[in-house]
Amino acid sequence: MSKEPTEVLSPALAVPIARRGQAAVLGERVIEGLVYLCGISAIVFVFGIFFFVFKEGAPFLAKLDFKEFFFSKEWIPTSSVQPKYGIGALIVGTLSVTTLAMVIAVPFGLGAAIFVSEFCTGKTKETLKIVIELLAAIPSVVWGFIGLSVMSPVIIAVFHVPVGVNLFNAAMLLALMSVPIMVSMGEDALKAVPDSYREAGIALGATRWQLVYRVLLPAAKNGLLAAVLLGVGRAIGETMAVLMATGHAVNIPDSIFDPVRTLTATIAAELGETSHGSPHYQVLFLIGVVLFSITFVVNLAADFIVKGIKRK
Amino acid sequence: MTMNTQMQWGVRTVAVATVAIGVLLTGCGKKDEAGGTAPAGKKTNVANIGSDTMVNLAAAWAEAYGAVDKTVVIEVNGGGSGVGIKGLLNGTAELANSSRHIEDKEKAELKEKRQLDAKEYVVGFDALSIYVHKDNPMNEITMEQLRDIYGATGTTTKWSELGITAIPGAKGDEIIRVSRQNNSGTYEYFKEAVVGKKNEFKLGSLDMNGSKDVVELVGKTPNAIGYSGMGYANPSVKMLKVAKKKGDPYIAPSIAATHDKSYPIARPMFFYTAGEPAPHLKKYIDWTMSDDGQKYVESTGYVPLPKK
Repeated sequence: MSKEPTEVLSPALAVPIARRGQAAVLGERVIEGLVYLCGISAIVFVFGIFFFVFKEGAPFLAKLDFKEFFFSKEWIPTSSVQPKYGIGALIVGTLSVTTLAMVIAVPFGLGAAIFVSEFCTGKTKETLKIVIELLAAIPSVVWGFIGLSVMSPVIIAVFHVPVGVNLFNAAMLLALMSVPIMVSMGEDALKAVPDSYREAGIALGATRWQLVYRVLLPAAKNGLLAAVLLGVGRAIGETMAVLMATGHAVNIPDSIFDPVRTLTATIAAELGETSHGSPHYQVLFLIGVVLFSITFVVNLAADFIVKGIKRK
Repeated sequence: MTMNTQMQWGVRTVAVATVAIGVLLTGCGKKDEAGGTAPAGKKTNVANIGSDTMVNLAAAWAEAYGAVDKTVVIEVNGGGSGVGIKGLLNGTAELANSSRHIEDKEKAELKEKRQLDAKEYVVGFDALSIYVHKDNPMNEITMEQLRDIYGATGTTTKWSELGITAIPGAKGDEIIRVSRQNNSGTYEYFKEAVVGKKNEFKLGSLDMNGSKDVVELVGKTPNAIGYSGMGYANPSVKMLKVAKKKGDPYIAPSIAATHDKSYPIARPMFFYTAGEPAPHLKKYIDWTMSDDGQKYVESTGYVPLPKK
């Protein structure tokens, strides 16, 4: 990349060329290298973590019955008679909580983003943004506690169900936790649409809603999709709140008011007291690999969708 | 051309760095496995192995004892009561934690192998209360009914099957079973004492991650039943009286009923040593049984010894 300054060919036109000192060149190199390292560090860490998680779980792969692992709902890892390692119910738990959370969060999140970015000005806008960011700052243990002790009795009383810590409770919490991310990301995406689009729309006689619906949403869809997917990632990965609010029951739900259990919560609850290297320990790491794969697939899918949109 | 070489260099760095981090992490894992290394100096180490039920209590004691006697380091490890006693037999443990009595067979083996008698110390009690919502009209339950509710072989899933038809505030008739995560000592003991060692828990119970959470949830859920340490009661729950079987007297959980062994879901917790303990170890055992040491029994959710 960095070529030596070329020698001046004709002595007649000789002009003294300012050469950088050795130190400056070296400094440049070092800084360049450091920035490069920062750039690739994410890749290194991701692979390093994946390698570690996989290595811890791998010894159990040989003994693992894949059909039982993925499709059985019997999770009895500490049985003294016959341990069973079926994570079917846990996968269903994670997917159902995430899906329901997104069903609640996406309309609210994107709606709020549109409102903050397009319909609201001045003091209201500033206040709203600050409050929404405050929502993102609440730690997940606090959310879990709210689910366990505030929302649970309310859900029992309002929906006439026998238990208040369930899929719906956890999905509500996850929705509330991912909305702030969607709002700030979504607002950024809408802000990135050039004002000339808005002016053109208004000049053509579009109402405000028509402008949002026909011009801004299509123009900002990549950014909005990224906002939603970040929210999905937040929901899948969340641990503490779902551990407390789902009911943590190994159960395939019949209704949204049934207790469930997620993959993340299972790892969090059980890994701490499992003896190092035992089959139970290894299976918990394999669950980590499964989670990793789910997130990977979600991200990859998002990538393809975004690329597909670009091509059109 | 330059771009190309840089790319190659990039790929190679990624590979090398990945491997390096992998090795680093592996290294960390290995160290954990071997257990922490003993600090240097004139410190005397005591290997304290055994019951998983007692591991939290033993760790709390060991940590607090560091301030009492700085020359002794108690190294606590779990594994189960059997592992602890086996440690005494082959000399790898100086102090065994056990949530059951030593067996005659184990006593004989100790005599034969090391010409030593096992010495037993009761250091506290483990007692579980059965909690229901305060509005639940139920007051008593038998061990058989509990087994039918919690065990995989049991068929009880509705309150009406226990003769309870109207719980104020309850929606529906379903019994909501509140349990613990499957590697807690409380879970193990409840399984052993109530569900049966060869039996499993019925799946679908709400597995809470702490003794306090169980009581908290039962207090918010009129349909629920749960088990937890005696010390966690609060005004929104009620502790049931428990009978060994139908026809036996129902006993309310209390420290007194634990001490006179009438309450069925309680057991003593033991320390065992092989022969007379060394002076520094004797001092530790005496400390755990003193008022100062017994504080930790209560704070970790167990029942302390009767006051002298």
